Amino acid sequence: MDWVNAAVQGMLLGGLYALFAAGLSLIFGVMRLVNIAHGDLIVLASYLGLTVVWALDVHPLAALLIVVPIMALLGYVLQRVVLNQTLGDDLLPPLLVTFGLSVIIQNLLLQGYTADPQKLNAGSIETASVAVGSLQLGLLPLLTFVTAIVVIAGLQWMFYCTELGRGFRAVSDNQEIAQLMGLNRRHVFGLAMALALGVTAIAGIFLGIRTSFDPAAGAGRLIFGFEAVIIGGLGNLWGTLAGGVILGIAQTLGAKIDPGYQLLAGHIAFLIVLAVRPQGLFPRVSG
Amino acid sequence: MKVTRTSRSAKIFTVISLLALLILAAGPYWAGRADMRLMSEIFLYLALASLWNLMAGYAGLVSVGQQAFVGFGGYMLFALTIFGGLPPVVAIAGAAVLGSLIAIPTAVLIFRLRGAYFAIGTWVMAEVFRLSFAQVSSLGGGSGSSLPVGIVRSIANGRAAREALSYWLALGIVILVIVAVYLFLRSRQGLALTAIRDNELAASSLGIDIWRTKFVVYIVTAGLTSMVGALIFFQKLRISPDAAFSVNDWTAFVIFIVVIGGIGTLEGPIIGTLVFFALRETLADLGSTYLIVLGGVAIVIMLKAPKGVWGLIRARFDLELFSLSYRVEIEPKEK
Repeated sequence: MDWVNAAVQGMLLGGLYALFAAGLSLIFGVMRLVNIAHGDLIVLASYLGLTVVWALDVHPLAALLIVVPIMALLGYVLQRVVLNQTLGDDLLPPLLVTFGLSVIIQNLLLQGYTADPQKLNAGSIETASVAVGSLQLGLLPLLTFVTAIVVIAGLQWMFYCTELGRGFRAVSDNQEIAQLMGLNRRHVFGLAMALALGVTAIAGIFLGIRTSFDPAAGAGRLIFGFEAVIIGGLGNLWGTLAGGVILGIAQTLGAKIDPGYQLLAGHIAFLIVLAVRPQGLFPRVSG
Repeated sequence: MKVTRTSRSAKIFTVISLLALLILAAGPYWAGRADMRLMSEIFLYLALASLWNLMAGYAGLVSVGQQAFVGFGGYMLFALTIFGGLPPVVAIAGAAVLGSLIAIPTAVLIFRLRGAYFAIGTWVMAEVFRLSFAQVSSLGGGSGSSLPVGIVRSIANGRAAREALSYWLALGIVILVIVAVYLFLRSRQGLALTAIRDNELAASSLGIDIWRTKFVVYIVTAGLTSMVGALIFFQKLRISPDAAFSVNDWTAFVIFIVVIGGIGTLEGPIIGTLVFFALRETLADLGSTYLIVLGGVAIVIMLKAPKGVWGLIRARFDLELFSLSYRVEIEPKEK
């Protein structure tokens, strides 16, 4: 029963990882950009949440109403001013520029908020739980998981049922021809990054409620998000959710064996998938 | 008309660098302890930067996980001396061999990832290494361990002699690395690598085995990086997983050095290392502001002058310090 419990908790943890990964997956899908600063942007969102909670004395979840638009705006500006200049056939510029951004964000956070670990206080919701059979499920992990499903369903709907999504798919398929059809790819990329950082903001707030965070916490989040994307298969959002769940379960089962093995077990699950099925478990049909 | 690989500037540079090497080799006789430490650190960073440049600038293998091999090499130094009873200098060479060996399965796995995903894959590998060594309780687990006094004493007679030895080793390894990279690039393999750098499709249509060439570069780089890592912790005499596998110390700084100096050239890492240490020695008091400035400089250079400082110099003066590229010389006609 303990093992079932650990697996179920791991599945719920996977919801958080899927939130980390969704933004990464989205921008890779639209503009083939791998953002090394993604983890630091998640942590930045946590800190923004903290500031809003301090300044307005509101519940962290209510802070989402402010943090999501700020991060989205930041994403649009970042893409238009910096990242659009790096796009092209050469792989190095986007990689190195986002790497530089990662170092800058980390150290700005360090200066602004010191290295002390912080946490968002969400009150009773953190400890509340619901009984399902003989299992006790935390309300917060449950809420995170449901949010991940809603976010991914929303992105999926947006991609395939809206004009914006059609624009995303068009520039993803062929930038030049999309441009000829009257789409401004720089603007479309800006919107994609805005959307991705909006999702990142949600991930950051849930991260901050669940665990404590510090300016150096970004690297770990990037790696979890990345592993979820690869396990699930590139370009498949539901696959990313599945990847997050697999990663979460591997970690909680590893921690059940020995707390020192928690992170290692997640990485090993990732390496096994890489060895056995390098295209991921549920890759989008390539075309 | 003839085709040559040398140039006047390269010949002058060879003479100057040989003279500089003589002066540097005599370092323990004229430099103070602090200067020697700083110079050793410069040598080791230059070695790391030249190696990363070989991978990223020539083989297109952008790794953000080279700390895996720095840390691995460091830990091998400790393991081989403490459990294997090897003399430290032999253990440093052993670390290179073991580093290459562990790189083989690593490469087989992460070579399945393309481009930018390869980069993050190398980082995951470095994390796996870090977490694994943190589990080895005989090497101090998560809190690390120091090199036992007996082993430290066995290195040399007294502290001055030990520090001189470690300085010479650092100087030796940076020469070894630069000469190795230089000879590699001049070899057949290096020609293949340059072709891949310029156009992968064209290179493969000429019959170059791209996977194999990159694989060889990765393995060789891993071995040499492990050796540098062993030497880094030979100087520190203490190791812990967080210090050994630090992404900032062993990868971020190295990437900044190469980008600022000029990626894809042998001269770039040398210029970059000098710029990096000049900045560090003047701005280090600013703490994290220094890192913000460094990151900003690297971004601006990547966007505005992607060939780095050396690229700017070369565009203006047509200089080349290492005889690598072919050039055509037209001799004056005899009367």
